[in-house]
Amino acid sequence: MRREQTPLQRIAADFGESRLALSGLALLALIVLAALFAPLISPQNPYDLAQLDVLDSRLPPGSRSGAGLTFWLGSDGQGRDILSGIFYGLRISLMVGVASTACAVIVGLSMGLCAAYFGGRTDSLIMRIVDIQLSFPSILIALILLALLGQGVGKTIFALIMVQWAYYARTVRGTALIERGKEYIEAATCLALPPARIVFRHLLPNCLPPLIVIATVQVAAAIALEATLSYLGIGVPITEPSLGLLIKNGFDYMLSGKYWISFFPGIALVLTIVSINLVADRLRDVLNPRLQQ
Amino acid sequence: MIVCMFERWAKSAVTGFVCIVLSLAGCVAATAAELRIGLGADVTSLDPHFLNVAPNNNAAWQVYDALTHVDANARLIPGLAVSWRAVDSTTWEFKLRKDVKFHDGSAFSAEDVIFSLERPATLSASPGPFTGFVKPIVAKKIIDPWTLQLKTAAPYAMLPYDLNSIFIVSKKAASGASTEDFNSGKAAIGTGPYKLSRFARGDRIELARNDSYWGAQNGKLAPWDKVTLRILPADTARIAALLAGDVDAIENIPTADLTRLKANAKFRLEQKVSWRTLFLHLDQYRDHPPHLSDKSGKPLAKNPFKDVRVRMAMSKAINRRAIVERVMEGNAIEAGNLVSPPVFGHVAALKPETYDPKAAKDLLAEAGYPDGFALTLYAPNNRYVNDEQLAQTVAQMLARVGILTRVETLPASVYFGKARAGEFSFALLGWGSFSGDLALRALLATPNAAKGYGAWNWGHYSNPKADGLLEQGFATLDEKKREALAREAATLALKDVPVILLHHQLASWAMRKEIAYEARTDEYTFARDFRRR
Amino acid sequence: MPAFVIRRLLQSVLVLGVMSLLVFAGVYAIGNPVDILIDPQAGQADIARAISALGLDRPLVEQYLIFLRQALAGDLGNSFVYNVPAIQLILERMPATLELALAATTLAVLLGIPLGLWAGLAPDSWQGKLIMSGSILGFSLPTFWVGLLLIMLFAVELGWLPASGRGPTTEFLGVQVSFLSWDGMRHLILPAINLALFKLSLIIRLTRAGTREALLQDYVKFARAKGLSNARVVGVHVLKNIMIPVVTVIGLEFGSVIAFAIVTESIFGWPGMGKLIIDSINVLDRPVIVAYLLVIVFLVILINLAVDIVYSLLDPRVRIGEAQA
Repeated sequence: MRREQTPLQRIAADFGESRLALSGLALLALIVLAALFAPLISPQNPYDLAQLDVLDSRLPPGSRSGAGLTFWLGSDGQGRDILSGIFYGLRISLMVGVASTACAVIVGLSMGLCAAYFGGRTDSLIMRIVDIQLSFPSILIALILLALLGQGVGKTIFALIMVQWAYYARTVRGTALIERGKEYIEAATCLALPPARIVFRHLLPNCLPPLIVIATVQVAAAIALEATLSYLGIGVPITEPSLGLLIKNGFDYMLSGKYWISFFPGIALVLTIVSINLVADRLRDVLNPRLQQ
Repeated sequence: MIVCMFERWAKSAVTGFVCIVLSLAGCVAATAAELRIGLGADVTSLDPHFLNVAPNNNAAWQVYDALTHVDANARLIPGLAVSWRAVDSTTWEFKLRKDVKFHDGSAFSAEDVIFSLERPATLSASPGPFTGFVKPIVAKKIIDPWTLQLKTAAPYAMLPYDLNSIFIVSKKAASGASTEDFNSGKAAIGTGPYKLSRFARGDRIELARNDSYWGAQNGKLAPWDKVTLRILPADTARIAALLAGDVDAIENIPTADLTRLKANAKFRLEQKVSWRTLFLHLDQYRDHPPHLSDKSGKPLAKNPFKDVRVRMAMSKAINRRAIVERVMEGNAIEAGNLVSPPVFGHVAALKPETYDPKAAKDLLAEAGYPDGFALTLYAPNNRYVNDEQLAQTVAQMLARVGILTRVETLPASVYFGKARAGEFSFALLGWGSFSGDLALRALLATPNAAKGYGAWNWGHYSNPKADGLLEQGFATLDEKKREALAREAATLALKDVPVILLHHQLASWAMRKEIAYEARTDEYTFARDFRRR
Repeated sequence: MPAFVIRRLLQSVLVLGVMSLLVFAGVYAIGNPVDILIDPQAGQADIARAISALGLDRPLVEQYLIFLRQALAGDLGNSFVYNVPAIQLILERMPATLELALAATTLAVLLGIPLGLWAGLAPDSWQGKLIMSGSILGFSLPTFWVGLLLIMLFAVELGWLPASGRGPTTEFLGVQVSFLSWDGMRHLILPAINLALFKLSLIIRLTRAGTREALLQDYVKFARAKGLSNARVVGVHVLKNIMIPVVTVIGLEFGSVIAFAIVTESIFGWPGMGKLIIDSINVLDRPVIVAYLLVIVFLVILINLAVDIVYSLLDPRVRIGEAQA
């Protein structure tokens, strides 16, 4: 009974039906804005060591620094304002998570579709590479890569792409193999449609729903993995902490009662991931062609 | 023991029933006294001659002795040798302790010493061999079962110190033994305060008291018949194990937890200045060292570190008190020496440089850098206590006098290789040494591979006069004279600000209130030194 | 099928070869353990001697060939720092890690599938929403942070469970396990929960997604229309449909569970191989790193094979060996 809508309008309308998803979207928008405008809204540039004073270190929330700045969420071991640190850290964490996942999806999707569609030697070759890739524990690939490359945001993103792409390739292949056996693909093949058209118009859309589920999880995983790498002393540089690194820096103080160093960045991280997931959850329901009645 | 129990009971009787119960609980603990200690690092092997790293040595010290020991102040004291003297300029004579028994009941004699001195060279596949400590010995002679003469090629004052690092094993038990035999306990027969019961790699070491130990203090053995060393390298796991009562004591307390533990009435904290000093090496040999430029990134005309005024300015820019109080949370003292106060060769007259940013700026201007310059400070991130926090704080302080400082931290596995290859021009290093002259030889003597000088002199600082004093000292067998020479060399070299000294770490232990430990400068955790209060 | 299995195994040997070369070159490029472990007082000559005694001064290719020759004879070399065969070291630690990983996976599956089904069958009920919110939280929290919170709450504040380590072990089918004794079980609970949390959330999400999708499939509608009981529809038709992604993910994730045990093991002081590998990387103990990776690769290949076989059992349309057809 719907009016004629463009697909985008339809998706937007469907999306808006869930209040939870809308609030997730609002939260995510706020977080992205905070990250984008971090230099404008932060009381302090937490990455400029010259602006920090170790004499302001580990002050509880609400304290004032020697220079008269108020640390609303307290300060860390270098006298870094936690609030500013969160804004700047959000930038890095979001960038690392989104950029690495996006690249990994593109690589993994292409590889997985190729493997499933062409089969035979192509499939064999790609899946053996995937096997090699998956045989390495992800932390280990990242660890060895970063040990060779050194610290840095770009290098961390690269390492995370290398870690993730094979998951997508394997999942896409698995789903695509099932889809390939279905009648509509056989029909398309019988119609002698070009391979590219079959892959992109028929196989791809059907592989998307599970991919979105996993990609959603992987954005979170990428951010968490980045934190884990930082926990192990590699990953992003210590002078430009991501959320994960902020958590790690305050980690040692959790048992000694100075909770704010780790707690607030932890909350920011959780809120970020939760909001991404709420949005993506709804998107998946909305995008799934078979759920469209 | 019973009397002691009674006294305790009598004291607590007034406070009523609860205390009686407590005393009874104490009584139960006394009959099966077990001490559980959380160690801060993994022990890879119980072969005492395989790998010379602190955690392995710490484990070996429970089971073995050496000819010479060091006391809590890192000063040399008798061990299995009761005395030693220089017979002539190249011969050391050691008198061995009589009536010492190995754990298997066999008697200890000079034969075991000779065997133990020769064993390290038979273990070739070690990344950290003990061979360096026995290398100076060119001949060994047994005068009688309890007298031993060791000859060196040249006069060598450090031999008694070096022998502190060679554990004495039983020749009978260890002949032809593999590392596995030591780990299983078959060959792990020493003369030390504890016998090895079980070694579960990566998890725990179980020990049983050696009731015939020669080193009983005032005739009293350690109060613990059984000791379990739990291997807990993760700081949070170790501290949580103590708080939860899984262990009675832990070593290597994270600075973050010091304040909290101090305030907690259930636990006791023991601290002592450690032998480890942290400082910054500066490239003083290349004209254009890497990672050094003016603030816009253009190369500098010359190497500023070659100018003593610049080095002095950088030293004056460091607020050491802030580092000690904020970064180390009181778990360190400011450094004015390469070695910490209790250590041989420490010069009390050399005080930590005072913090004076104004004077630092003036000195920089005088040296031709009124606008400062830019550099990268390198530091490891898993080697020293709070190493990467320290690096950032130093960068803050240098930035404040106009030196734009970037910080790059690397894991130790990458860091030391790169440092050795000369890839850094400004880098953090920590050093622990028995004596000031050894530290100087490694850190500030003119690099000379053949003589083994300056192996860790990353900045290639060179002072021929100090080198000469060092050489003279190592050939001086009289301890007093040697210490005077070591002090003179240190004073001479440190006047040039060849490195920027930061702080000496404190070593710390935490334990249940009922027990006490004599804190040690060498950072070792000896089960035998834990006492009941 | 045997031909397929043999072909798979042969390919896997190739994988192992390529991988060992990569790791070899990687570790070679980072540095050598002598720089980290040698007594700082040692001179340059001592350092050079130690490096050459370990054979680390030879060209990379030569070192690799030596390794290969020994490996073919079944010897992966001695650990540099433990001085015992690297493979022995790994196998010694493996039961602890496998026990932890299996406990975590079991926990994740036993809780995840029912919760996911519930959330999928009743997506709009408050329970369904609660489960989904919980699962979102589950993978939003970083593992090491959760581990610390668990320790703080259950070990330090409440004192119910031990903070770290593995309990006493008993022999079970020739392997040392700790879950058979009460004390061992107590030690296992917190690390297993910590490691399971992420997988649990993943399985809940996948199960729910699969369930919702299956409910809209024609065969499920048809089954319902035929008047089959709800339990049978869910138990047979829905469950079968969601098993494919779930089995894939459990299979794929089992390797990563073992790898991520690295973090859990270091927080809880669990003496498994994850902790060993971190230490080995820190001191560049190459034989252990290579042996560890070979063991992991071997495990993962076995799991992948198992996943493929289960695939074909669950969905006859995917025939094993099809890739080669």
